[in-house]
Amino acid sequence: MIRRFQAVLFFILLAASVVMGVVLWQLRERAHQRLLAGENSAPTSAPLVTPAEQATLMVANDADNSLLSQVQSLPLPQDRGARARLVLGKLLDLYAAPDSAHPVPGGASSIAQVFLLAAPAVERPRDPLGPAKPTVPATASLSGPQLAVVNLTGAFVASHPSGLATETLTVLSICATLHANLPRVTQVRFLVDGVQRPTLAGHADLTRTYLASQTAPTEGIHP
Amino acid sequence: MPVRLEIRLFLTGCKRTLRLNRQILAFATLAALSTLAAAQVPPAPFTRFVVVLDAAHGGDDSGGRFKSGQSEKAFTLALNVRLRSLLAARGIAVVTTRESDAAVDPNRRAEIANHANAQACLSLHASETGGGIHLFASSLAPTSAVRFAAWKTAQAPWVTRSLALAGVLNSSLQHAGLAVTLDRTALPVVDSMTCPAIAVEVAPERIAGKQIKSALDDPAYQSRVASALAAALLEWRSEARQP
Repeated sequence: MIRRFQAVLFFILLAASVVMGVVLWQLRERAHQRLLAGENSAPTSAPLVTPAEQATLMVANDADNSLLSQVQSLPLPQDRGARARLVLGKLLDLYAAPDSAHPVPGGASSIAQVFLLAAPAVERPRDPLGPAKPTVPATASLSGPQLAVVNLTGAFVASHPSGLATETLTVLSICATLHANLPRVTQVRFLVDGVQRPTLAGHADLTRTYLASQTAPTEGIHP
Repeated sequence: MPVRLEIRLFLTGCKRTLRLNRQILAFATLAALSTLAAAQVPPAPFTRFVVVLDAAHGGDDSGGRFKSGQSEKAFTLALNVRLRSLLAARGIAVVTTRESDAAVDPNRRAEIANHANAQACLSLHASETGGGIHLFASSLAPTSAVRFAAWKTAQAPWVTRSLALAGVLNSSLQHAGLAVTLDRTALPVVDSMTCPAIAVEVAPERIAGKQIKSALDDPAYQSRVASALAAALLEWRSEARQP
């Protein structure tokens, strides 16, 4: 025999379960509506078109082992790292062209990333002929001189022609192009697929820091 | 009796001590004299002119691969042999970093050059890009000589002499009718050498920048290059001997 208070308690619990079920159903409906609303609010507007700017490319020439300045009009982004990558990509596109004066296959996709970091200062000794020593400034910031770390793809390095002159020209043209377009970039280092590599294609040293302002490597700054 | 024996033993001991002291004194005098003599003699002028030839690559590292099928390591070894013969015929001592198709570590190459105490070090390379002869000195900034130099920048005190050597090589190669470009580069082998050091890269001889006049595998071209380099080193020896 079921007592009266047990029957009342059963109906109360039943009613509570029904109410909770209804509330849960409504919450689910609301979440579903929010999800649909989120999909609708996805960015569908066209990206802003960046205006074309003048970019200076220091193009290598194998015939006389020289770097020639070439000005091109390119849509450059505001982000300095992306800007550096785009400019270097254009430079390597010129090298990959069939009638290039410095033929190197690969093109723009050969630049995986370009990182811009605060450059360690180079302390000049009292003796003008003395060796330079790297020092880390107390207030390293991105408003001062910058170190560009260029991450090349392994495919580019594997297909680069082997030779002292051609490898040196590739490295120096990248350094000079970076400095011409981003004057605060004073030092350049190279990585290949994210790791350090001894040489570009058997000759040019990729383990050292290059002084972009002189488009020639400097001593004293070693890993 | 025992007293006489003791006195005799004492006298013998005194004589031995005196003799030993004399020997020590004589030795010390000789040492002092020889030190003085050595200090007074000026350092002997160098008489042995040594050239180090470094045929780049070798073994598993074949370097560049040319259209003719030849590898850079084979070309540099052939040029190394040719140049060594020319220099030996002119009485110049030659030290080579490799004599066969063997892999030699870049640091070992620099070690060989530094132990040779050479007056000229040439690192031989070849490439099909560009034309003529490319001469590269180290891109390290010149520094004054230091007692203990860092291995990776050991060339720095020698850069000025290396540039002078590049000038002599340039003159001789141009005199032989070869196109020459002078540049500076970061080459680990050269950067660790403690001698006037130049990297010589031989490229095909071209007409008007493009068309090949003399290919890398042309024996006559190789001979011209080797002869011009040998003549330059002879000139460098005569300059080095001038007071």
